[in-house]
Amino acid sequence: MYHLLKQIAKTGIVSERAPQADESLRQIGQRLHDAALKHLGRALCVRHVDAGSCNGCELEIHACNSPYYNLERLGIRFVASPRHADLLLVTGPVSAHMETALRRTYDATPEPKLVVAIGDCGCTGGIFGESYASRGAVSKVIPVDVAVPGCPPAPAAIIQGILTAVSSASGRSSSAASR
Amino acid sequence: MKDFLPDAERLPGALPAWHASIQAESLRAVAQKAREGKARLVALWASDETTRGAGYAVHLALALPAGLLWLSAPLEREHPRYPGIADLFPCAARMQRAAYDLVGVHAQDNPDHRKWLRHAAWPGGQFPLRKDFDADARPEPGEDHYPFVRVEGEGVHEIAVGPVHAGTIEPGHFRFSIVGEKVLRLEERLGYKHKGIEKRFEALSADEGARLAGRVSGDSTVAYAWAYAMALEAASGVQPPARALSLRGIALELERLANHLGDLGYLGNDVALSFGFFQFWRLKEDLLRLNHELLGHRYLMDFVVPGGVARNLEPSALARLLDALGSIEREVATLRTIYDEHAGAQDRFIMTGQVTLELAAQFGLAGLAGRASGQAYDLRADHPVPPYAELEVRVAGHIRGDVAARVSVRFEEITESLRLMRALGAALPGGELRVAVAAPRAGQLGCGWVEGWRGEVFVALDAAQGGRLHRVHPHDPSWQSWPLLERAVLGNIVPDFPLVNKSFNLSYSGHDL
Repeated sequence: MYHLLKQIAKTGIVSERAPQADESLRQIGQRLHDAALKHLGRALCVRHVDAGSCNGCELEIHACNSPYYNLERLGIRFVASPRHADLLLVTGPVSAHMETALRRTYDATPEPKLVVAIGDCGCTGGIFGESYASRGAVSKVIPVDVAVPGCPPAPAAIIQGILTAVSSASGRSSSAASR
Repeated sequence: MKDFLPDAERLPGALPAWHASIQAESLRAVAQKAREGKARLVALWASDETTRGAGYAVHLALALPAGLLWLSAPLEREHPRYPGIADLFPCAARMQRAAYDLVGVHAQDNPDHRKWLRHAAWPGGQFPLRKDFDADARPEPGEDHYPFVRVEGEGVHEIAVGPVHAGTIEPGHFRFSIVGEKVLRLEERLGYKHKGIEKRFEALSADEGARLAGRVSGDSTVAYAWAYAMALEAASGVQPPARALSLRGIALELERLANHLGDLGYLGNDVALSFGFFQFWRLKEDLLRLNHELLGHRYLMDFVVPGGVARNLEPSALARLLDALGSIEREVATLRTIYDEHAGAQDRFIMTGQVTLELAAQFGLAGLAGRASGQAYDLRADHPVPPYAELEVRVAGHIRGDVAARVSVRFEEITESLRLMRALGAALPGGELRVAVAAPRAGQLGCGWVEGWRGEVFVALDAAQGGRLHRVHPHDPSWQSWPLLERAVLGNIVPDFPLVNKSFNLSYSGHDL
């Protein structure tokens, strides 16, 4: 126990500042009313769905929970069921064998809901493209609000994508004004 | 190797690898002899040779004491079939099923004839890796029926998990049959991530194939890119520069280190020691950032390229890397003491998810999980190719085969990887980073075999004309480990499954292709 406590004290707090939302990542107009966003606020439940990735994007989603990024401090946490989720974080390409499971997961997520596609493959199908076994981009299967490119996108970019999805229209205009 | 099979021809390249064509009728006899000689089955796959005026072929890669033997058996065009070898090499059963799903070659006497990688994306009777199958086809999705084995009896019930799991993890289906909390049987169903990787290779040039190879399983991108490059370089008769080989070695050890750090963190997390998760993931993040800064990518994707490496490691960058490794080593030593002395964690680790030595040997388990069950195979030591030849890699080992053993192997391998990186860095040769790789001539074979962090990554390459690829088969070590996860969890309680699963940390993408 002594070693453990000493290590905690020695490490201190390493969490860094969270990134800001980035409007250029938005795919379709904001689907949620400001009122709904206010309710979601920064208490957001995320369900991750791997729809066929190479598992590279999963490594970076894991890293979002590392103490440097400390996603939970922002009120964002991963949940075990789509029925508890506000937002789906989907990596791709969507394999043909995962198409049904992804649709069902989307349908099981209560309204209002948001979808963030992660990675080059989630955005476009990437190097796997579309084929007999791959449906390509996540948006080919379910509506996507925000798409985050990268192979894989770094944790800060993933967090930025999530924050963009939940940033409100009023927040958009004020951040545009401040630029 | 000539003693084993007189017709075997040495393949080009530094890897001790041979190729032989045999008749399908003698396949079992050769496999039997290999089994008696303690050989392991590395991979089994099939190919369509009809565009070359032949029928089909089934291929085996065997690990023999002298090196790797790639056997090809031609099969007839009508009703291609061969005698199955799953009784000799149990891990072949799923590979034979996959070979049927993709190429339509039939293994006789396979105890299990259910489909494996095929779900509903294409109908039975069509085979995506046949040359006349259009890669862009969108066959009408059919119904997906898969008969799981049912366990019956008083009080037995089933828990169906997946393909979408509760955590951030790849998709697959697990069917547990349990009594109370005890697992009576686990049946896996994989193939959800099948995205047509092998077919995709055939649409790419040999050079472009390197990027795809690096994305077969993202957590092993260096191992795959290296195995692919090794195969292509062998087929082209090219020897990469010494500096590039040393830098590949450093990259492979960095990949091992990053994955082991992450897994050790999650193994702590899964026994409610979240302290371990935060500490190890802090160290992992430090390492990933350094990778990005010094070598251009957090996971070193596209660093290994055919003919060499894409980036240099300048002396100042090397010094920074070695410095950072020193601090990681000190921190890991502290954390190991904490894990070892933590009664709660050890209570969960010890005797959980055991794979006995006998079972591991029977299934040809290699890699990290194999070394935790007394299977002391490590390509870096058994068949060292440059830059490992003079490093005398110390193979980690344990015999208990439980979660605790897989934790110990990871700690030991971190120490060894750090030593190897220091040794490689201290003697980094000068010279070129990359040489040109000419297109191999049609029909030229090459193979790559690399000890990735999870185990042996194997790539078999058969070149086509004009720098294209006739057939590429990437093989993940998870193929050998997945069947043993089903065994490891028997008699354990359901809540320990995530821990057991994490202690293997197998690839779905690398398996489903």
